[in-house]
Amino acid sequence: MDILVTGTVLGGTYALIALGLTLQYGVARIMNLANGENLVLACFCAFWLYTAASINPVLGILIIAPVAFALNWAIYVFAMKPLVDRAKNRGQLEIDSILATFGLMFIMQGVMLLVFGGQYFSYNFLSEPVRILGENYGLNRIVSLGAATLIAVVLYLFLYRTRFGTAVRAVSVSPQSASLVAIDVPRMSAFAFALGGGLTAAGGSLLSTYYTFNSSMGVIFTMKALIIVIMGGVGDVRGAVLAALLLGLAETAVASLIDPGLTLAATYTLFILVLLFRPQGIFGRQTA
Amino acid sequence: MSLMNEKEQRIAAIALVLFGAAAMIPFADDGYYLSLCVNIVMYAVLCTAWTLFSGPTHYISLATAAFFGVGTYSVGLGIDTLPFPLLVAIAAVASGVLAGLVGLATLRLSGVYFVIFTLGLAELVRQVVTWLQVKFLGAVGLYVFTDLTEKHIFWMLLALAAVVYITGWLVNRSRLGFAMRIIGNDETVARHVGIDVARAKVILFMISGAFIGITGAILAPRFAYVEPPSAFNPVISFQVVIMALLGGTGRLWAPLLGVIPFTILFDRISASFPNHTSLLIGVAFMAIVYFLPRGVMGLIDDFRARHAKSRHAAAGVPEAAE
Repeated sequence: MDILVTGTVLGGTYALIALGLTLQYGVARIMNLANGENLVLACFCAFWLYTAASINPVLGILIIAPVAFALNWAIYVFAMKPLVDRAKNRGQLEIDSILATFGLMFIMQGVMLLVFGGQYFSYNFLSEPVRILGENYGLNRIVSLGAATLIAVVLYLFLYRTRFGTAVRAVSVSPQSASLVAIDVPRMSAFAFALGGGLTAAGGSLLSTYYTFNSSMGVIFTMKALIIVIMGGVGDVRGAVLAALLLGLAETAVASLIDPGLTLAATYTLFILVLLFRPQGIFGRQTA
Repeated sequence: MSLMNEKEQRIAAIALVLFGAAAMIPFADDGYYLSLCVNIVMYAVLCTAWTLFSGPTHYISLATAAFFGVGTYSVGLGIDTLPFPLLVAIAAVASGVLAGLVGLATLRLSGVYFVIFTLGLAELVRQVVTWLQVKFLGAVGLYVFTDLTEKHIFWMLLALAAVVYITGWLVNRSRLGFAMRIIGNDETVARHVGIDVARAKVILFMISGAFIGITGAILAPRFAYVEPPSAFNPVISFQVVIMALLGGTGRLWAPLLGVIPFTILFDRISASFPNHTSLLIGVAFMAIVYFLPRGVMGLIDDFRARHAKSRHAAAGVPEAAE
């Protein structure tokens, strides 16, 4: 039971990061390997807002997410757009964007190391216990799961129930066809990239309420998010949420039943199973 | 078999002279400069082995640290019971097998899966090794005491470099190399002319991985104390990618053009500003993507093409198609 609740909470946060990444990769076609750094930056911002201005981290999302949105919009326009224009085919763009975002990742990490140093950070926020079915859990975890669920539901409604969201999904299916039905593909791509950054940052501020973080942990989160995106199927919102929960549960189970040092092994086992049996993702359809 | 044309004989002679000269370095200095040269040769081997696979396939492999660590660990675990040369062979087999497994799982699919898988591979192996060590050996570190000094390591690496270059040259001449060139240009075409694309990629990846494992094994005596975080240091993977791309991946010796300047630069920066190394790696990646997409080799090729053009124009000869 303990595993179920803790795993779901972890999965909820993973879901936001992975949703961010799936939008960036599925719609904007940029494999953003600096996404984990984006998350860590949001952790630091939430920490700073809470300790310096005592702003509640959950409400802090209202500040952090728009800032991250703007920052990622700028990254897309200034750094990624030239690569998109230059690339002759999808493969070239993939390689270029991977290398460029590696650069971005190291630069962000380097700057954070200089500013905050390498030590671990955490703060106390709502760390009183709540009793659920006879077990105690930190209120901060439950609150962040609630917030993550709310954000994911709003995103789902936006993508599947609004005209604008449908346009975003159209670009993810086929940029060429989308431009035929008068969708401004470059603008949509920039928007999706920025929205992805905003979501990840929201995930970061929630994560910071119950997780100990430091400047160099971003890459592990990027990796987990990438694996979730692939498990769920690129650009698939429901798949990403389900895969994130699965991963959260699997990790928590391995950490509490076998050894906390083997969480990545759990991640990789899931990843290999997906690669061998369903490389198109959990809900993905087989393509010819 | 050993038919070499005149140009190849000339290159072989130059290479022989250069290797001979390099082998004399330990007699000139056995302090700081030798240690710098060990780093240069080490990265030269790693980058060339990396390029063997990633050059023709355009797959960015970040598994270098994993193979390197497996090599180091093979030596660390067996140094008390087995002779060193045998351990180096074991290292080659172990990392070759690891490369084969990774290749079988990912190389049938698109390149992105491969990048993601290799990104975490070093960390995965590190976690598993740490867990196994704590569980079965009771301690995390291993001591590697040998009589091998810096200059022996240097000579072994130099010999390994020669083997890697010769292997690369042989692969280029073989059916496998020909198949890889076709795959690199157009995978669909390769499949249509009957090339087993996945098999060719896996074999090449195994060769590349085995060489990286041997490098790790040779360097184990230099560490003296081997523990998971230092053996599976993920930064090595990124440095190798940067250096190889900085030099260029089109030719066998092109990575060397990136290895030499970057190793020296990295050494300087990490000595005087140890906190700025991530920043340096980041800036280097950006510079390669935006300013040097084909590496230093690309610049040289452009310069040569322009030079040849102006010479032709001056002599009034119409430009020949290359």
